Amino acid sequence: MSTTIPTAESRLERRQLAQQALWKRVLKRPEAGALGGVILVFIFFFIMAPPFRSASAFTTVLYQSATLGIPAVAVALLMIGGEFDLSAGVAATTSSLAASMFATRVAGNMWAGVVFALLLSLSIGWLNGYLLVRTKLYSFLITLSTFLMLQGLNIAITKLVTGNVATEDISGMPGYDSAKAVFASGLNFGRGTFSIAILYWIIFAALGTWVLLRTKVGNWIFAAGGQGDSARAVGIPVNKVKIGVFMLVGFSVWFLGMHMLFQYNTVQSGAGVGNELLYIASAVVGGCLLTGGYGSAAGSALGAFMFGMTTEGVIYADWDPDWFMFFVGAMLLLGTIVNTWVRARATSG
Amino acid sequence: MSGHPEALRAENIVKRFGQVTALEGVSISMRQGEILGILGDNGAGKSTLMKIITGFQPPTSGRLIIGGQEVALRSVDHARELGIECVYQDLALVGGLSIYHNLFLNREITYKGPFRLLNNEAMRQAAIERLGEIGVNIPSVDLEVERLSGGQRQAIAVARAVGGASRILLLDEPLAAMGAREAGAIIDLILRLKQRGDLAIAMIMHNYAQTLDIADRIILMQRGRITYEKESAATSVQELMDIVRREYRAMRAA
Repeated sequence: MSTTIPTAESRLERRQLAQQALWKRVLKRPEAGALGGVILVFIFFFIMAPPFRSASAFTTVLYQSATLGIPAVAVALLMIGGEFDLSAGVAATTSSLAASMFATRVAGNMWAGVVFALLLSLSIGWLNGYLLVRTKLYSFLITLSTFLMLQGLNIAITKLVTGNVATEDISGMPGYDSAKAVFASGLNFGRGTFSIAILYWIIFAALGTWVLLRTKVGNWIFAAGGQGDSARAVGIPVNKVKIGVFMLVGFSVWFLGMHMLFQYNTVQSGAGVGNELLYIASAVVGGCLLTGGYGSAAGSALGAFMFGMTTEGVIYADWDPDWFMFFVGAMLLLGTIVNTWVRARATSG
Repeated sequence: MSGHPEALRAENIVKRFGQVTALEGVSISMRQGEILGILGDNGAGKSTLMKIITGFQPPTSGRLIIGGQEVALRSVDHARELGIECVYQDLALVGGLSIYHNLFLNREITYKGPFRLLNNEAMRQAAIERLGEIGVNIPSVDLEVERLSGGQRQAIAVARAVGGASRILLLDEPLAAMGAREAGAIIDLILRLKQRGDLAIAMIMHNYAQTLDIADRIILMQRGRITYEKESAATSVQELMDIVRREYRAMRAA
């Protein structure tokens, strides 16, 4: 039997071990690859696109990143929990539409619409999760179904209610000003202003990271996604965890939906299609594995930042914006390959 | 051996899955400080029996008496509260989490407060101590489990199971897919745990010779029933082989 009293020698040994492994520990973090990617993309556009270097361009980039990054944090947690959500893109539009139409047609106050949309979005998330654990089908199939259904419902119900493909302007509604202040105000910082969405994005990414790494629930998300059966065998409520992370995605798209609604005042019912893939791409570039059990919330923020820089960088470089999707695809491929390579290098020996 | 206090008794356990009957009235007894070896073919009902004792599945009928009290296990958590721990064949560890996070999975040490924050430092220290106590040598408890060998993982899984207030330990094929040296280390570990005296251990096994070496008592399961039970000292590999051979020939003739 070995003793449990640490000797001075063994303590020294441990410290050496920790010091030696420092650079490896940094590289071993799931978001290491994304950090490298952010630096490379930044340098690339800094050189290629002179307007990219201004402070106002930087806030635009951050804003673009925030609109991807707010759902991407939740999507990262979902993917670590071992699941997908293809419905997240249109679900954000569903939330905006529901808030707008419920407020203008039923309740007469914007806040009632906001609360209604929250309940709706959480229910959609719950439904995705519930169907998953009941049918034991792949989340890819289930959320593909809800994605298509929501896409149809968005347009059909909007036409039914407003007779149009977009909702009417909400800026005259009671409660509009206070709700706009919460979800879509501009904050003054130095000489410039920036959208409050950026602040929320950073807060959510920090909160997500903290939950994952420092709380019991975070541990359970890793376990449920990594080895669901093992987690179940020690009594972790795997089904509840999965439904919970789907509802978290519901919350995040509600939040984004509210931001979009109060930013633009009207909602196009066809919007949002395709964004779900950008959320997933941000999470994957940020270090999440498709197989679950591994990834990072902070990494998803870096991934979103990379794609935000690309969206705006293509414009500032005065290239045809049609190239944006090509760059997204290329970066996703490159990012994933680099991540896999770094992970293999850092964990070997 | 019968002098040891009884830790668990299962009486007439029946388990049906639709048309299939996995267990047809199985009764076993586990005693403190004793190792019970469970042998049997694939599909004999060994794993089903274990899942019922760990609260993973309820029996169709039958009684479980734990520490003298009849209990209907509601869940794995409920069974763990009563001191029943299991090490599954697939090891039940999460590859992406560190050793110490695995040791405390669903038993996390947290700080007081509304958020129940993980006390990682306390878990690390406790993990080092616990592994030291049962004599498991691992370079660092910070390592992710996926980087360990099969034997090391098994040792971690056993260490998790015997931590805390466990009184009944179930091991599903603890030596499966293991080299001789690693298997030897796990056998040593199991025998050290037996020495504690307060732990009742049951192992599902395949290898007759190993089972006779380690176990105090042996039961043989065939097609959902216990067909043979004896003290290890009173039987031999030869005798066990003969029973199984007879069974196998009968099945072929039928």
